[in-house]
Amino acid sequence: MRSPLNALEVDQLTRVFDVSSPWLNRMIERKPKRYLRAVQDVTFVVQKGKCLALVGESGCGKSTVARLVTGLYEPTEGAIIFAQANDGTPMEAQMIFQDPHASLNPRWRVGDIIAEPIREFALRDSGEATAVRVAELLKVVGLSPDDAGRYPHEFSGGQRQRISIARALASEPEFLVCDEPTSALDVSVQAQILNLMRKLQDELGLTYLFISHNLAVVRHMADRIAVMYLGRIVEEADTEVLFANPQHPYTQLLLQTIPNVASPNRDRQLMGGEPPSPLDPPKGCSFHPRCPLALDICSQVAPAVRARKGGGAVACHLAPQF
Amino acid sequence: MSTASPSPALEVKGLSVEFPTRRGILTALSDVSLTIERGEILGVVGESGAGKSMTGMAVLGLLEPPGRVSSGEIRIAGKRTDNLSDDEMESVRGRMVGAIFQDPLTSLNPLFSVGQQLVETIRLHSDRNRTEARVHAVNLLKQVGIPGAEERIDHHPHQFSGGMRQRVVIALALAGNPQLIIADEPTTALDVSIQAQITTLLRRLCREQGAGVMLVTHDMGVIAETADRVAVMYAGRVIEVGAVEDVLARPKHPYTRGLMGSIPALGARVERLTQIDGAMPRLNAVPPGCAFNPRCPEAGSRCLQVRPTLMPEGQGAVACLLHDGGVA
Repeated sequence: MRSPLNALEVDQLTRVFDVSSPWLNRMIERKPKRYLRAVQDVTFVVQKGKCLALVGESGCGKSTVARLVTGLYEPTEGAIIFAQANDGTPMEAQMIFQDPHASLNPRWRVGDIIAEPIREFALRDSGEATAVRVAELLKVVGLSPDDAGRYPHEFSGGQRQRISIARALASEPEFLVCDEPTSALDVSVQAQILNLMRKLQDELGLTYLFISHNLAVVRHMADRIAVMYLGRIVEEADTEVLFANPQHPYTQLLLQTIPNVASPNRDRQLMGGEPPSPLDPPKGCSFHPRCPLALDICSQVAPAVRARKGGGAVACHLAPQF
Repeated sequence: MSTASPSPALEVKGLSVEFPTRRGILTALSDVSLTIERGEILGVVGESGAGKSMTGMAVLGLLEPPGRVSSGEIRIAGKRTDNLSDDEMESVRGRMVGAIFQDPLTSLNPLFSVGQQLVETIRLHSDRNRTEARVHAVNLLKQVGIPGAEERIDHHPHQFSGGMRQRVVIALALAGNPQLIIADEPTTALDVSIQAQITTLLRRLCREQGAGVMLVTHDMGVIAETADRVAVMYAGRVIEVGAVEDVLARPKHPYTRGLMGSIPALGARVERLTQIDGAMPRLNAVPPGCAFNPRCPEAGSRCLQVRPTLMPEGQGAVACLLHDGGVA
């Protein structure tokens, strides 16, 4: 499935965390080792210049995928393959984090925060050239070059997120992993940041892996959406196809549950129950305890990922055959 | 309530809250007026720092010192509460007004079982004995939809999930049978599927108990699904009030319009979201005239000088010079 159009190919990615008690406790209490399968058999492709979004509720493994892709975690199994960049080396990925209060060092000036990747990778040969580049980056994200001398606490949440974006762009990456970049922001500021990210994508030809729990934001940003539930991708399709015709019951319920400002739907169908613990996932399809359509087979056999009507893939026994 | 038309659950008139600091007095709320009828949910929406939580705290009498109510009146179910002493306010909280906060883990005591906390609250507000209170506690837990309430009542807060914990907090808020409930971001810490369960529960309980609910949130979606009327706040003032359908579909204030445009819609995909440039002013730097004028696309010269007041407009009310003599 290697294709020159793909920026990133993720194949059968699995990450298992060892969450056992300490050795002595296990010996005394005679408990076995416990493992948490945070991400299981996740396969997806991000095309160059496009935006793929991973959506799901807390604990579904979407942030773990982001950290695996950027190399912050080692995969247990599976492969992550980046395409070659224009200069022949593998494409570089950078990350934008959720909380701009925690991701910027409060003791460093903004100029130094943004200059760090430039210095680290020796992308400019003199201090002046670095300063020029920092000023340029600040302008790109809509801040003033004078802001380089200030500290992060002098900025609002939205401005800090702009600084994070400038830092991510400093090493001239072609691929950005954005882990809930606007969840900590107010809506009017969120709109500013989303517009900025779209503008940067158009101007710099960036490819995004966009992680979010907010389907409305995802609809605005993404070309393609993968819905995750308990460590697995349950449905994947182009944005418009997924919204027009969701096939997995979880996607359907998720779309019904989210409040819609344009047409409040007071009598919506509610999703009962809560996501089960990933430490002790249900047998068969992991969604079956909450699924309104579950059959006997769902509690025994985990559904395979199949091609989906209208393009994409779905993992459900009941989805119509393609 | 034997009178023909009972007084509203909450009436706030001209409320101002000040914080005296070393560098002068900060006005956190100025001239806020709100009414919540019984059985009605009023959504209070705004960005961080707009004063929406402060309004809830002022009603609860829980302003952090040195904050104080500098003018105005608060009436809960007809009884004036802003001039009560701390001791008197203690008996108002719980009995007349209940509170639900954002983080259910910090509003429950981790050392006591849910039942102990409920029984304590019920006995404080009524003359039930321990056994009766426990029966009532089980009923409350059933009412908020906790399965297996008889067993779950002896569990501690950490044994509940986030959504279930928030249900327990709601049961606690209902324990004193209050006429008014202040819900401050009750669903912000929860996942969307759980969020919908909790807002539906709030709506149902509000109807059943005939209590007024003040739903404080930054999320227009929650307001759209839950509230009957909505008050939009900006820089410590109420700038628009009206029925939810009206305000969402036909916002009158330029700020509300910008806010609605900046929410990515689920219906149609747009290339670019409307954005309101800049950020809300800090309390020590609120501009003269209309507080929104530096960010307002329609601001005129009058906006820099005249501070608009909330004027009735159609079914609701709006504080904008566009609707009050023009901006030029």
